[in-house]
Amino acid sequence: MDDVAIIGVGLHPFGRHGDKSPYEMAADAVELALTDAGVTWNDVQCAFGGSWGVWTDPLTGLVGLTGLPFIHVFSACATGAATIQQAANAIRAGDGDIVVAVGTDKHARGSFKGDPTTTNVPVWYRENGQYVTTKFFGMKINKYMHDHGITPATLAKVAAKNYRNGALNPKAFRRKPITEEEILSSQMLNYPLTSYMFCAPDEGAAAVVLCRADMAHRFTDTPVYVKATAIRTRNYGSYEVNTTWAPVEEDVAPTVHASRAAYEDAGIGPEDVDVIQVQDTDAGAEVIHMAENGFCADGDQEKLLADGATEITGPMPVNTDGGLIANGEPIGASGLRQVHELVLQLRGQAGDRQVQGDPRVGYAQVYGAPGTAAVTILAR
Amino acid sequence: MQKPIANVFTWPADDPQLLGGKCDRCGTVTFPVQARCPRCGSQGMAELPLPRRGTLVSWTTQGFPPTVDYRGDPTGESFEPYGVGLVQLDDVVRVESRLTESDPEKLDFGMEVELRIVPFYVDNDGNEIVTFAFAPVGAQNSEER
Repeated sequence: MDDVAIIGVGLHPFGRHGDKSPYEMAADAVELALTDAGVTWNDVQCAFGGSWGVWTDPLTGLVGLTGLPFIHVFSACATGAATIQQAANAIRAGDGDIVVAVGTDKHARGSFKGDPTTTNVPVWYRENGQYVTTKFFGMKINKYMHDHGITPATLAKVAAKNYRNGALNPKAFRRKPITEEEILSSQMLNYPLTSYMFCAPDEGAAAVVLCRADMAHRFTDTPVYVKATAIRTRNYGSYEVNTTWAPVEEDVAPTVHASRAAYEDAGIGPEDVDVIQVQDTDAGAEVIHMAENGFCADGDQEKLLADGATEITGPMPVNTDGGLIANGEPIGASGLRQVHELVLQLRGQAGDRQVQGDPRVGYAQVYGAPGTAAVTILAR
Repeated sequence: MQKPIANVFTWPADDPQLLGGKCDRCGTVTFPVQARCPRCGSQGMAELPLPRRGTLVSWTTQGFPPTVDYRGDPTGESFEPYGVGLVQLDDVVRVESRLTESDPEKLDFGMEVELRIVPFYVDNDGNEIVTFAFAPVGAQNSEER
């Protein structure tokens, strides 16, 4: 579809920001996105905000009490993609010609501290030490490595690449390269995943200005079109984050369903994608998501990583801004950070981390509890 | 006195079993029993004791103390990593569970495991709370009951 265009993006740096509130970070991101688009908040006719930690519509108290419809969205780690989808659909539905998607969060240090009663898992699951998202990722990659011949060295290569890419990104949280040896020898958190293979919850905000595609050239010479957005939850048969059981019969992960739907809507295939962003909650997740999104066959990652295929200079660059591993994960903003990066890449504005060869198609995937995946495909 | 962490296994019992739920309409099995069937929406989920033995589909270790309301002993500085796995009980259902073994060298895909009820923590009233875990078949465990 070519009916919705992105005309502005803005990102508040991810990291730790002292007393700065999630609303103040979001207001900065919105201002950057509006300036990028050449519009003002008064031009915005509808907005969707995403956050785990705060309601987002009080943001209007900082950016403008214009009375616009401002709807709060939450789909866990897929929240950013959900705000983009809702914004695009609002334009298609005629709710507005210019619509903003914004996300923000400000998480405490350490692993996420969710209340299991908000995710429909029993209290004993928490007391028993099972309400830990990272152990699910450990189990998933452990089996994947066993089934498909992936080694810990490949996990280390993924993390090292993302730290290197983060070092090229002035707005990243982690900007220091870390060697594969340091990654492999850091604390074992959830076998086979070590501390440096994981992303960390942190703070940040991102915003995107979308408009009716037929208006886009009024605002920019380089509109980026929203070709597809797809969100999928668990099918019967998938074993996902925070579940006490799974059926014996297996289904593929929600990401596979979301990916297939997005390719179909966009009318393209993985071979057409020039820049890739996937959910790298941990290095293993990036490995698995390369296959779940159709970019390679199961097991090919071992050779692809050894060959540097997913580097910025490689044929299939993955997580060019450092991904979650280098940026951390303010949940509400994370999916919009991916979109921010893809838009910069497709415009040729990504600076030191610019993918060469005039990239035209970008792909973003997010995944989170309790098994919700979203895919966004963008193209010039 | 000894108390179970929750009413999700038969206890006390010589051969304790996890308590699942089975849909009276489509036969879907869950663990634990829940109000409605996740497949067809039926409210007719009847309690079903699950097989005591199974195979390890996948596993990992928990190398740091969970941050929210974790009750296991010991926590803090003296925390000891524990194993977690997905266990397939015959062809009935898969359950996520603690494992009695946390050494990656001693865990393997497809290995046979069986249910144990193990001491977990002592609550404020002095009750010994027990929980469920799966152990490699034939493994000796000093804490096993």
